[in-house]
Amino acid sequence: MLKLLWLIPVLPLAGFLVLALCGGRLSRRQVAWVGCGSVGTAAVTTALVSVDFFQGFPDRAFYQQTLWNWIDTSGMTVGVSWYLDALSLLMVAVITGIGFLIHLYSVEYLSGDDGYSRFFAYMNLFVAAMLTLVLADNLLLLYLGWEGVGLCSYLLIGFWYREPEYGTAAQKAFIVTRIGDTAFAIGLFILFTQLHSLSIQQVQTLAAEAWPIGSTRAVIVAALLLIGAVGKSAQLPLQVWLPDAMAGPTPVSALIHAATMVTAGVYLIARMHQLVALAPLVQETVAVIGLLTLLLAACSALVQRDIKRVLAYSTMSQIGYMFLALGVGAWSAALFHFLTHSCFKALLFLAAGSVIHSLHHEQDIFRMGGLRRQLPVTFWTFLIGAAAMSGVPLITAGFYSKDWILWSVWSSPLSHHWIWFGALLGTLLTGLYSFRLVIRVFFGEAHTLASGEPGFAMRVPLVVLALFALTIGFLEVPHTLGHLSLFSPYLSHVLPTLEIRAGIDESSETLEQIAVTCSALLGIGLAAVLFLPRFNFIERCADMPAGHALATWWQNGWGFDRLYDRLIVRPWLHLTRDSGEILDHGSKLLVIGAESCHAWLSHTQTGHVRWYAATVAVGTLVLLGLFAL
Amino acid sequence: MVLWFLILIPMLAAPLAWIGQQWSRHVARWIAIGALATDLCLALLLWSQDHSGQVSGHGSWLFESHTSWIPLWGISLHLGLDGLSLVLILLTAFLGLIAIVASWTEIQSRVGFFHCNVLLALGGVIGVFLAIDLFLFFFFWEVMLVPMYLLIAVWGHANRRYASFKFFLFTQAGSLVLFVSIITVAFLHQQATGRPSFDYADLMRLTLSKEMAWWLMLAFFIGFVVKLPAPPFHTWLPDTYTEAPTGASIILAGLLAKTGAYGLLRFTVPLFPEVMSEFAPIAMGLGAIGILYGAVLACSQTDLKRLVAYSSLSHMGFILLGAFAGTELALQGVVMQLVAHGLSTGALFMLAGALYERFQTTDMRQMGGLWGVIPRGASMALFFACASLGLPGLANFIGEFLVLFGSYSAQPMVTILASIGMVMAAVYSLGMMQHTSFGPQRETRLAPDLSNVVFGALLLMAALQVLLGLYPRPVLTTTRPVMETLVQPAVPSSHLTHPPSDQMPSANLFTSHVSSP
Repeated sequence: MLKLLWLIPVLPLAGFLVLALCGGRLSRRQVAWVGCGSVGTAAVTTALVSVDFFQGFPDRAFYQQTLWNWIDTSGMTVGVSWYLDALSLLMVAVITGIGFLIHLYSVEYLSGDDGYSRFFAYMNLFVAAMLTLVLADNLLLLYLGWEGVGLCSYLLIGFWYREPEYGTAAQKAFIVTRIGDTAFAIGLFILFTQLHSLSIQQVQTLAAEAWPIGSTRAVIVAALLLIGAVGKSAQLPLQVWLPDAMAGPTPVSALIHAATMVTAGVYLIARMHQLVALAPLVQETVAVIGLLTLLLAACSALVQRDIKRVLAYSTMSQIGYMFLALGVGAWSAALFHFLTHSCFKALLFLAAGSVIHSLHHEQDIFRMGGLRRQLPVTFWTFLIGAAAMSGVPLITAGFYSKDWILWSVWSSPLSHHWIWFGALLGTLLTGLYSFRLVIRVFFGEAHTLASGEPGFAMRVPLVVLALFALTIGFLEVPHTLGHLSLFSPYLSHVLPTLEIRAGIDESSETLEQIAVTCSALLGIGLAAVLFLPRFNFIERCADMPAGHALATWWQNGWGFDRLYDRLIVRPWLHLTRDSGEILDHGSKLLVIGAESCHAWLSHTQTGHVRWYAATVAVGTLVLLGLFAL
Repeated sequence: MVLWFLILIPMLAAPLAWIGQQWSRHVARWIAIGALATDLCLALLLWSQDHSGQVSGHGSWLFESHTSWIPLWGISLHLGLDGLSLVLILLTAFLGLIAIVASWTEIQSRVGFFHCNVLLALGGVIGVFLAIDLFLFFFFWEVMLVPMYLLIAVWGHANRRYASFKFFLFTQAGSLVLFVSIITVAFLHQQATGRPSFDYADLMRLTLSKEMAWWLMLAFFIGFVVKLPAPPFHTWLPDTYTEAPTGASIILAGLLAKTGAYGLLRFTVPLFPEVMSEFAPIAMGLGAIGILYGAVLACSQTDLKRLVAYSSLSHMGFILLGAFAGTELALQGVVMQLVAHGLSTGALFMLAGALYERFQTTDMRQMGGLWGVIPRGASMALFFACASLGLPGLANFIGEFLVLFGSYSAQPMVTILASIGMVMAAVYSLGMMQHTSFGPQRETRLAPDLSNVVFGALLLMAALQVLLGLYPRPVLTTTRPVMETLVQPAVPSSHLTHPPSDQMPSANLFTSHVSSP
């Protein structure tokens, strides 16, 4: 069954081709079958492949399959080859599984849209590109998936192409991530020039042999890869595209945030962990970037009005946790949070989509309220998602993953205590913004009338994802709470496990957990106090000038957009405002020169015989004079 | 003799097409198509022969034809075909067909004369790719110029007079520089050996003084770079590409530019190994400047054709960068870029032409929302915009990335500078899509979608883009032996160790006459 591996990315690709080439001739029902079916079969194939994979596991820790030689010339050999190990299997399972649920949801969500087949074509291509990214055996193929994901996000963000703002948002997403991609590409040039290989495994082995820890080359390459990862994962300072990316239909946001795209950066760093470990400076930067992003994004999430923008900033913040974990060397914890996050974030987006759908595309949370009676299924699933995101202890998956990260941050030899405090503050803010959303949307007075609960195709993904958001955390229960460890041994064949720093008492884990739990619960409690209408505290705060200014600043994402506008966009527009070019003046000067010479010479052609005779005489004299001399 | 057929079929069909017009316009068109299709089949046949396991080397050609012409001056009718020229001839025949399809509805006046000029120009281009006697090379170099001038001056858009003059003057000035240096090289050969020679193999063996080599290399460089073009010799390009009719734009960008690149690879790089290492950084720097300069200007344009023209300039920068990088990988990338750029830019010009036919403008400020009007056209535009921005999986990516990979080891900083062009390529390509296909619909006139023929031609080019992007081997293995010889340690004396051409096995049916130079 392992031999079927190649089918996993090919199936969605085939779906894309069918829909792109003859989507117009298919009925909506057929489009839905092709679009969903291709991803669904990919998910089934993944299940079949993983059964086989686990039979040989852990003796056979990876499986490689080469389809054909992509480039084979002049010392560069790159194949279209897949590489399946514990890490990529985890990614593939999430992408196909959650991807399928999102596709199923879209069947109903977009049922009234003109571009039905175009939508599913793009979505299938998106999944195919992401699968290529995570299954690639070499960095060039990974780059193919990497750019493919960028293209699909562009197409889907700008899906409703008639709106110019959506087009701008789509272009922004592509161009900002392409800045990161270009850095990534330069990293590849250096790697290949130095090590003459692009195979992910081989490059890292060679790098570890050739470059000592902390050597300049390792730092430069790792930093370039980090810039690439930061661009795709919407971390500081390339995070500006993500909030605007909400222009696309809601299932697209779910796909971008949960299963594809933004997790690509996390995957890249985890995949290249040996190389990153060679550059401690870069790894530390990863942690700091993660911490800063998670705090800044959490603050911005607190003050947004648009339900999808809140979720967008929450994604940035949660990916920040993953980066933080990667930065302190807690590789498995980062991926565990990736797993739980993709469940609850997909759930949150789909539930938010259900709210938006039932309110006829209303996205402003201040115009919502009291929806818990009208939309019970949506309410409960959204509540579970928000609880998982805030890390409500014991019963939600988010608790287990976030707790693991925070414990790693506390105990890692690569970390500092101040980082932990920052991350702890983050859990408080997470609880605060998650439940602000829940309260604003589902409690209080009803401002609008919902058109009723969604249908079957939308409800099934919600319920399934809610179950996952509750239970998937039990794959890794810390030993203070009973110790069930399935996830970390599974990944330990790919990623190194974290050593505990000397001087940290393992018994302090309980204390640390209590702190995390209290912080999360405090956040939720505060949300109730601040945002429940009967207290109305926050509105009085926002009325004060200082509070208002702060809220506006945060709402605009800490002014990064304005900064980049001044620093980059405006100078660029200034540079490109004139369609003429400087160098053309050179050739125009030639023309002017020739014309003036012509004018000057034509003066000599007066038509007067006397003048001609005189010039002939003078010319003769001059020539004779020259000869005589 | 088969090599002469490649040149003569379009050349002899040219007057036929002109005469054929008096019966019907379609006669002229079909004659042109027939001639180019025959050429394409012939070239494909030669390609299949190539796989028989022959190895191409220095001065050793897959197919060769040698007839004496003016022995006193060492001029001969010497044609040679190797992997590089084979790939470019295939491209020429293919894009020639595309150009004729693109002109099918656009050109309605003097149809016969139009196709006559197209065929003459293409015959000249093929001659350029085949001639390995420098005098003969220059002959074909000039042959392709006049019909090109006429194509722009007669069938061009509003500002065609200015554009065609500019084109002619620039390229003719470049030709002059080239001609003087060709004569000089032949003269130097006489000084060294006692007899003048224009033959490629002879001139390869010539050892030059460093100073002489420097000046000659500069002259050969300028002569070809004007055609490529690269800044600061490019200012004829935007006017010419924009004002030319669609078919001529395709030929200009897809093929004429390639003759400049071919000249660089065939003559400038290998003939002057003495000064290559000094000159290479300058040329590569110019390439990087071309990439960025072209990209910035492409971003500034409001006219679709001008945008594509400047993007073409940007892509040509990669060719300059790779040609002088001195690594096999970069040279292979150059070949790939030549083919890929021909396909992507050709398709974009074809689309621009189709839009012009429908809306009588290529001004993007008057377009928008075309996805809803002509979905076929808009989706093909999206595909080729992706190709143009270097999306992996398409052929342009292979070309650009191989060039960058190969150049990095030679000039890291220049390569990093060039990489910034990737971001700008995204800016102008997506900007083009936004202005034409997306956004609110400005053009309210209903227009028919692309015809089946045009759509089919575009689909074919798209398929080739994907095929070469995922499986570039056919091209890369064909040209690899040529590129290997280009990067061999270029010590002049080592040329003598290469087997002369007459010792190569000539078991091929097509080789009419193999002789030692």
